[in-house]
Amino acid sequence: MNINTDIARTYLFSGKKMTAVAVLGVLLGMSIYIFMNSLLVGFDKASDENIFKNTPHIRLYNDDVISKNLVSDTAAEYLISNPKVVPKVNTIINPNGIAEMVQQQKEVTVVTAQVNTSVFYNNGKTQVSGLSIGIKPDEADMMYSITSSMVEGKFETLKSDPNGIVIGIGIAEKMNLVLGDNINLTSQKGVTKNLRVAGIFRSFNSTADDTKSYVNLYTAQQLLKENNVYVTDISVNVKDPYQAAAVAEKLSQLTGYKSEDWKESNESLMALSKMRFIMINFVSTAIMLIAGFGIYNILNMTVSQKINDIAILKAIGFKGKDVIRIFVTQALSIGLIGVVGGMLMALLMITLLKKVYIGGDIGYFPVDYELQKFIQGVVMGLVITFFAGYIPARKAAKVDPVSIFRK
Amino acid sequence: MDKNIVLKTENIDKYFYDPVEFQVLKNIGFEVERGEFLTLIGKSGSGKSTLLYILSTMDRDYNGNLVIDNELITGKSVDELAAIRNEKIGFVFQFHYLLAEFTCLKNVMIPALKLGKFSPKEIEERAYEKLKMLGMEDQALKPANKLSGGQQQRVAIARALINDPLIIMGDEPTGNLDSKNTDIVFDIFKDLTRSFGQTIIAVTHDDEFAQKSDRTIEMKDGSIIGGHTN
Repeated sequence: MNINTDIARTYLFSGKKMTAVAVLGVLLGMSIYIFMNSLLVGFDKASDENIFKNTPHIRLYNDDVISKNLVSDTAAEYLISNPKVVPKVNTIINPNGIAEMVQQQKEVTVVTAQVNTSVFYNNGKTQVSGLSIGIKPDEADMMYSITSSMVEGKFETLKSDPNGIVIGIGIAEKMNLVLGDNINLTSQKGVTKNLRVAGIFRSFNSTADDTKSYVNLYTAQQLLKENNVYVTDISVNVKDPYQAAAVAEKLSQLTGYKSEDWKESNESLMALSKMRFIMINFVSTAIMLIAGFGIYNILNMTVSQKINDIAILKAIGFKGKDVIRIFVTQALSIGLIGVVGGMLMALLMITLLKKVYIGGDIGYFPVDYELQKFIQGVVMGLVITFFAGYIPARKAAKVDPVSIFRK
Repeated sequence: MDKNIVLKTENIDKYFYDPVEFQVLKNIGFEVERGEFLTLIGKSGSGKSTLLYILSTMDRDYNGNLVIDNELITGKSVDELAAIRNEKIGFVFQFHYLLAEFTCLKNVMIPALKLGKFSPKEIEERAYEKLKMLGMEDQALKPANKLSGGQQQRVAIARALINDPLIIMGDEPTGNLDSKNTDIVFDIFKDLTRSFGQTIIAVTHDDEFAQKSDRTIEMKDGSIIGGHTN
């Protein structure tokens, strides 16, 4: 063993209590850092999953256009201008062609045409306003995984039932509807249609549960008094939802329609997630730094206590960098034991909390073993302990032996 | 230069600047021969310890030249000096200064492990040899802080000897010892110079100790005021 390592080890073992306290500091800081960051990932995953139940990764639609001035000469002395939305239909022209074109992109997994219409659900005297979404059942299920949130009936029956409707559990409860009951829909265009409840879903999002229903695409088109190529939205799912913005941009250029990725359409949730990210990172990094200060403090104390030893070592031929090595080795040993212990502790905490049932649309506590966060924690822990050791070590290396011996 | 000169100083001046500028050493020049037992004496404040720290290469802040083993030491970097100390100079201090958490054996071994000329196994044998020479082999595995002052000083001498240094330097090596232990340490030093041709430079305020050495240099107010061979 190298003599520097040997000395570092002797110091570590001779001050067992101090070493243990420092290790414990790193261990706690480390485990909480990893745990909180894993939790953050879990929260984001849960929240994103929830978003994807209601929102496609990318939505293509025909945006309103404001009329422009006919004269572009702004130097003209008087220009009376009153821009208005250009009157035109809000539909996508040749939706099937566009869907096919989009489908051919390699990033795209699911494409489906969609028609949204606001409706009143009527049953006897009860009237509930809501949103009916006309979809193609197969594609929609792939996109929103509606099947997984069904509580009664089967979503695929919608395929074979032209007058079927799948409603949220909130509507069912309010209107006292069960599977097979009839429900009357009135659309904004005044069209009334009698549909049969083919299924009930529960998304744990109360707004969706209380207002939303799924019908066949052509039912929705009929409700709007439109033909069978009337499509307001094309929904697109991509392989990596976190790259959706780039793909959205591309699709917009390709099709000429406005595109919006899920982050844009869920801005408030994204803001929440950003805030969570900042908060958790801030707190967990602070905890890690405090652990670093613990090591720094203890090593600083060791250096002060061992100042005679350092002077002796320098007198008998140890160089400044040897002294640095001795103390950095101590710090890194403490760091390493703390990091390993912290990882085990984090594993334990995650394992325990994974089993805690929260309920609601979260279900089990949304935390999982995030390898990336473990690696991040280990790297950060070691870097912090290195510097926490390096600063006092450098001080030790600068000790002038003569000034010590003269005292 | 004469082969037998192991250490030489030329016109060494040193100033302290704090609190006011003050010249501690004035124009120091002398030579030390191989195998010589030299003592530096003088009243407190005469600059003898300051001079010793310059000779030991630990203090680099002076004017003039220091030559050890025909090599100009003045102007070398801190790391080069550390290597020179490790190989060529052994230290014995007034307050013994062993590393308290290590055994006596380990204390003796550390400079040799640093030098890395021999394998750890050989170093251990050599360390035992040195401890035996000083009558300390029974205490080899005891922690250093469990020994008496005289015993610790003997271990410190063994440590100073482990790399077979060119010069052993002592700063009041017997200053903290009773007369019995002083005699033991003195006898060891004497024996080292006689039997092994070891060069020793020691600062002392013990006139009796100085008189028994080969040569004494007396200092006053930063200058050498007399040197005589005993």
